[in-house]
Amino acid sequence: MSASQAGAPSAPASAAQTHAHVTCPFCGLRCDDLEIARSGQALSVTRNGCDKAKAGFERPLTAAQPRVGGKTVSLGEAIAEAVALIKKAKLPAYGGLATDVDGMRAIMSIADKSRGVVDHAFSEAQGRNIKVLQTSGYFMTTLTEARNRADLFIIASDVHRFHPRFFERIVCNEKSMFADDPPKRTVVFLGEGYDTSAATGTRIGDVVTINCPTHRIGEVVSALRTLKKGAPLPADTIAGVAKAQIEDLLARCHKAEYGVIVWVPPGLDFPNADLTVHQICEFVKDLNVTQRFAGLSLGGNEGASTAASVCAWQSGYPLRVSFETGAPHYDPELYAIPALIASKQTDCLVWLSSFTADLSPPATDIATVVLGSHDLKLAREPEVFIPVGTPGIDHRGQLVRCDSVVSLPLRDLGRDAGLARTVDVLAAIEAAL
Amino acid sequence: MLIKFTGGKIYDPANGVDGQIRDIYVRDGRVVTPAATDRVHQEFNLGGKVVMAGGIDPHSHIGGGKVTIARMMLPEDHRGHEVARGDLTRAGCGHAVPSTLTAGYRYAEMGYTAAFEPAMLPVNARQAHMEMADTPMIDKGAYVMLGSDDYFLRLLAKGGHKEEIKDYIAWSMHAAQALAVKVVNPGGISAFKFNQRKLDLDEKHSFYGVTPRDIILTLGRSLQELGVPHPIHIHGCNLGVPGNKETTLDTIRAAEGTPIHLTHIQFHSYGTEGDMKFSSGAAEIAELINQHKNVSIDIGQILFGQTCTASGDSMRQYGNTKSAHPKKWVVMDIECDAGCGVVPMKYRDKSFVNALQWAIGLEMFLLVNDPWRIFLTTDHPNGAPFTTYPHLIRLLMDKTFRNEMLRRIHPGAQAASILGSLTREYTLYEIAIMTRAGPAKSLGLKDRGHLGVGACADITVYEENPDREAMFTTPAFVFKNGEMIVRNGKIVKVVTGDTHVVRPEYDRKRVEKPLKDYFEAYHTVQMENFRLSDEEITAPGCGHAPGTCGCLVVHPTGARK
Repeated sequence: MSASQAGAPSAPASAAQTHAHVTCPFCGLRCDDLEIARSGQALSVTRNGCDKAKAGFERPLTAAQPRVGGKTVSLGEAIAEAVALIKKAKLPAYGGLATDVDGMRAIMSIADKSRGVVDHAFSEAQGRNIKVLQTSGYFMTTLTEARNRADLFIIASDVHRFHPRFFERIVCNEKSMFADDPPKRTVVFLGEGYDTSAATGTRIGDVVTINCPTHRIGEVVSALRTLKKGAPLPADTIAGVAKAQIEDLLARCHKAEYGVIVWVPPGLDFPNADLTVHQICEFVKDLNVTQRFAGLSLGGNEGASTAASVCAWQSGYPLRVSFETGAPHYDPELYAIPALIASKQTDCLVWLSSFTADLSPPATDIATVVLGSHDLKLAREPEVFIPVGTPGIDHRGQLVRCDSVVSLPLRDLGRDAGLARTVDVLAAIEAAL
Repeated sequence: MLIKFTGGKIYDPANGVDGQIRDIYVRDGRVVTPAATDRVHQEFNLGGKVVMAGGIDPHSHIGGGKVTIARMMLPEDHRGHEVARGDLTRAGCGHAVPSTLTAGYRYAEMGYTAAFEPAMLPVNARQAHMEMADTPMIDKGAYVMLGSDDYFLRLLAKGGHKEEIKDYIAWSMHAAQALAVKVVNPGGISAFKFNQRKLDLDEKHSFYGVTPRDIILTLGRSLQELGVPHPIHIHGCNLGVPGNKETTLDTIRAAEGTPIHLTHIQFHSYGTEGDMKFSSGAAEIAELINQHKNVSIDIGQILFGQTCTASGDSMRQYGNTKSAHPKKWVVMDIECDAGCGVVPMKYRDKSFVNALQWAIGLEMFLLVNDPWRIFLTTDHPNGAPFTTYPHLIRLLMDKTFRNEMLRRIHPGAQAASILGSLTREYTLYEIAIMTRAGPAKSLGLKDRGHLGVGACADITVYEENPDREAMFTTPAFVFKNGEMIVRNGKIVKVVTGDTHVVRPEYDRKRVEKPLKDYFEAYHTVQMENFRLSDEEITAPGCGHAPGTCGCLVVHPTGARK
């Protein structure tokens, strides 16, 4: 057991240290096989990272201090100002929500007490799946299951861009639980403009590209369903895809022992994309009547799946919940923070962004309190800025993975940056409310 | 501080106390015998009131991924059941699948002080514990699900690895922080991933070549040899399938005397007689259970209304999707380890099948003689939400009420059931066994479920009332660790319960060497992160003082054989 095991005191920042089995908090896959070397306060990914991990772990610490109105203040003064703004607010909005389980628990408690609204920065994307869950449901699988079992992957989003190690870990892996010499896999890219470069290696058999605009994937899947039911297609091409190509894809689906359709909700970024997710999920259901097939939804970056899960178990509802009446009310349209800001229904925004530098609060003249990573990019100076530690670097924590089944522990990598934990700042704010 | 509970009618079956008037003394959260000279600091006069240990629910889906999927899926079921923040309590909501906070409050308000999540997938253990940590008021714990996980099945398929299997089971209990082990549709969840659509007791898994019988016997005997108090908790093959009573009878015989617990047996007690090819198997199964002292059961009673079924049994839940109400469902294959199925369900008293399911559960309650081997459950939320327990208790204690209810159900089901001819009425003593002493004994919770000296002072006080539903809905007082937490059915203090685990002895080095390589080669989580540390489920620096945080209570196991 290394000194970096959860629960052990962190070594002084001056010492060098290597951490094994580190969970990466920078994307929803939550790869936990990273090795991170620390020298003083500098971190480097020495094994199993991707570009996102490198960018996340290796970015230099900046000397951020709590600020009120742009002026450096003590943490206590910043908290007092945040409390004053929240107290004054008619409807505080708790957004961003890029934090770990404990941070999310703390924000739920504050939102409950201050009768506010909670909404993650990626709720719109995540809502594409949730809408389907609430109307018809789905048949899904998880990462290890797909890694070992799938012989056909239909990739219906630009997966590699969102999750750079997905192919390496789930599709191109050479070993499988169920065969010493596992069969080659077919990979079908359905959509356009995807990075297909990662679908290589000895496990990869046929790679098929079916070009269609991303917003028309649903039509192609709908055509697959039509053919599956034995009905004729209304045209020779659907969304620009020839009928023969759709028939070929259906034949591949039928031949599969265990097929998986993969999508990334933020990658389906067009109006009514939930209908595309719906078509995919219904196609998977159609196939499961006689064979095995499953959906696999990725995403969950910036703590999105963690936020939705904690909100659902504590309030009963997934995100976009208001406590305005004292009780939780759920409405994914009404309680969208961007809409609340635009209509000035909220008069105070509390923004949590503890992972990357990029999840910035929306540009708004509404009073804004930011609990952000030390280098968070800001369009304007918020009324209150409190730099907070990144879970998995500066303190321990837990995060839920994109499949909402597995959750991983996060380490304190011991760089001793003196950054407060989000949960502690929020606890202090709540105590003063 | 010495507290005296004076003059209550005590029902404490573990100590043979059946309604006698006794005084109970509590100090530092425990029942004590004070010295004659000790000064009483606080006294509760309980004259005329009924006193029992706090209720213990041994099978209730209160935490874990599938429950949260159900919560997310059913906003319509929460609406109208929102609970506003109170002076002491947090906001929440829920009917069939309440939010964690609301679930904790409602259990306590009903006089329960512990509930156990019976289906914790090893890979989902971390989240199950997070959710249980956010369930206030009550003690909790969970049974880790094994039997469809690849590692176990491959060990079993290789044959002859008895000690290795025992080590792996013990390791899984440690890694997932479990109190017991459950098997769900033994091997069937895995078989479904290979496109098998059913797996009978002696049917071979198409890949591993093992049968549910092998799996049950191996897990049952291993747990016995590991000294784990609770026997293997079995959700059998063929849940919900007409004719599954044969599987259940065969499973009881297959145990060959090994202790087993058959859970939600109502869902496994169906025959195929009659015009509808659906009949009650309760009488036959109850008779066999009465003969087999190694078998305990809980019922999984259904009660009419909207609920949601949430189970690890992906194979059978997929089969049940055609009955989904409303028409939506989730089924998942999970991590080569387990699965789940979430199917909302509305049980209707005018449906022949639902009405007979209701009658079958009650028949089973009334036909099994030994209350120490039968526990009161609805398999929350699968048969009904746990908030229906007081109603269920009245059905068991009040024959007139039961027969009135029987007359309202589908006439075909009335005719197909012997329920109307059963005159048994449960006594308060028997209810106290079924809801307290029995589950505690079965789970190995030596200081819970009773009121003898040394017991944890979890105490529920009821006003005597011939309407047993009213009586059990609104306890006069509930005490947790000797502190009053509920008065007249309302929360007066919010506390955090303990997490209960057992830790059988095992050779960690021997089991982790191959496991580490296995995780590295096949899994997407490293072995080191799969294991759930104590620090993750306790508040930092808590010092493990019971009742003040989500503390761990490690219960002893017997010696390994």
